[in-house]
Amino acid sequence: MSNGRFGEHGGQYIPETLMNAVIELEQAYNHFKDDPEFNAELETLFNEYAGRPSRLYYAEKMTKDLGGAKIYLKREDLNHTGAHKINNVLGQALLAKKMGKTRLIAETGAGQHGVATATAAALLGMECVVFMGEEDTKRQALNVYRMRLLGSEVIPVTSGTATLKDAVSEAMREWTNRIDDTHYCLGSVMGPHPFPTIVRDFQAVISKEIKSQILEKEGRLPDVVMACVGGGSNAIGTFYNFIEDKEVKLIGCEAAGRGIDTFETAATVNTGRIGIFHGMKSYFCQDEYGQIAPVYSISAGLDYPGIGPEHAWLNDIGRAEYVPVTDDEAVEAFEYLARTEGIIPAIESAHAVAHAMKIAPTMDKDKIIVITVSGRGDKDCAAIARYRGEDIYE
Amino acid sequence: MSNISKAFENGKAFIPFITCGDPNLETTGKLVRAAVENGADLIELGIPFSDPTAEGPVIQGANIRALSGGVTTDKIFDFVKELRKDVTIPLVFMTYANVVFGYGSEKFAQKCEEIGIDGIILPDVPFEEKDEFDGIFASHNIDLISMIAPTSENRIAMIAKEAKGFIYVVSSLGVTGVRNAITSDISGMVKLIRENTDTPCAVGFGISTPEQAKNMADKADGAIVGSAIVKLVAEHGTEASGPVGAYIKSMKDAIR
Repeated sequence: MSNGRFGEHGGQYIPETLMNAVIELEQAYNHFKDDPEFNAELETLFNEYAGRPSRLYYAEKMTKDLGGAKIYLKREDLNHTGAHKINNVLGQALLAKKMGKTRLIAETGAGQHGVATATAAALLGMECVVFMGEEDTKRQALNVYRMRLLGSEVIPVTSGTATLKDAVSEAMREWTNRIDDTHYCLGSVMGPHPFPTIVRDFQAVISKEIKSQILEKEGRLPDVVMACVGGGSNAIGTFYNFIEDKEVKLIGCEAAGRGIDTFETAATVNTGRIGIFHGMKSYFCQDEYGQIAPVYSISAGLDYPGIGPEHAWLNDIGRAEYVPVTDDEAVEAFEYLARTEGIIPAIESAHAVAHAMKIAPTMDKDKIIVITVSGRGDKDCAAIARYRGEDIYE
Repeated sequence: MSNISKAFENGKAFIPFITCGDPNLETTGKLVRAAVENGADLIELGIPFSDPTAEGPVIQGANIRALSGGVTTDKIFDFVKELRKDVTIPLVFMTYANVVFGYGSEKFAQKCEEIGIDGIILPDVPFEEKDEFDGIFASHNIDLISMIAPTSENRIAMIAKEAKGFIYVVSSLGVTGVRNAITSDISGMVKLIRENTDTPCAVGFGISTPEQAKNMADKADGAIVGSAIVKLVAEHGTEASGPVGAYIKSMKDAIR
């Protein structure tokens, strides 16, 4: 079996045209990941530019209101550009620059990864092209403008369902077309090896910080850490440094859309089966003939028919649990966190908040839950207002 | 020696690609027979996939038309079985890994053998992943076709040494689709391949005119044409077999 496996998942299912590119990337990454100069530069970017470490905030009102476990929020929404995506992007952009690449391409769903990539490109003086499903360019018009403002070109993708999966397909197609000067800055822990590993390593800063912050505040590890999962980058970042700590429960919250008993869902682990797509073997929503399903979620960032291979493996070995959260539950959590803590989470992150609202009241008061708030919700306000029947536009 | 080698016994091989079920299987049947009558030496039959990441807009469109017309892998198996009553030239499937894996690779390969398929092309299965499929298909006498791209360079020898049936030489970077010019050093690639294997080489991606086909076939053992044919099908729909037949004749005449 090939490189980059997590159990049976992962691998490198890509056209021959791209094989030398991913091999070159793997070699460069293996070289730079232990390079003190590279790591010092990245840490400076994290701390001075992105605003790390992000806060671990005790949500006291929410804790009291729910009446159970103590709830902490890992505030990735406070990062520069408003989401965890910047962690991975700064790492990959710096790596690409060291490799001599001058152009970044990226896919984006909600627009957060696109904005982060456009930001890093502006900072590091690189050219940037972002592929975004046409449907998403409408749902997230403000982010399209932000990317253009940052000097990037945004290409609306009209193929397929015109959402995140099609943006990934189109970015992969563009990469086969132009490899020499171009790095594909993949936004999640998915795609062919080495992407799931590289993205995880750059996002692992989240759990590294949670661990030291919770030890400082509580003197012990949390009982549960949880995050929303689309491809799964903020979730793997949240889980990674706790995988060996078996007493810490890991929960990923999938977008169930209108429910896992409907076709309008994006809950991959709960409704999908093993398959091969976008360079990896993992779980995918698909029909009996292996045709990829047109998934749905209110959240453009979770509206993806697959999940990263390491998550598929953590599910297989029972180390992490993946639960479905519907649109309705996520919207309620979005409003709840705004009202209760004065924090407007991204609709993606609201999926994790929603599940915490279910389990916290069932847990003892001496238990601790950490929820990663992967991004901030400004981008979602107009869409949620419309969901609630208020006719406002950005 | 597989049945595929027969395709290379009649001078330079002309290999058309046709998406099964675009716009329906009845038309695909007519297209295959028109291709055979007009000199096709081997036919690539595309099993449509919802998200064909190695295809340009033209073949993506054919995949969508075929799937929305209701074609499925099982219907295509039945169709090929029927086709085999009179079509004797080598036939290979071209599809994506998940179409095979999702069906059950063993069951898929067994079906291919039953209906008389000679080979399979999976553009998202590179050398590093081929063991998962190669053994299964080989046990059913189906060749898993290897692809070599302009970026393969140091990988050419490794791939060529294990290649079966024929080698699909990808002429250009990027995805499938018509191109005005092919700038890769095809002769250089083929020379490296021939140092490592006797398996014939057919060049594909971007070829649409008789001149391009001749130029490519001169440097290799055959030429593969997909998007240009699919465009004719898109244009003429159920009436496409006439124009496609005439086009294939012009291409085969140019390279023979």
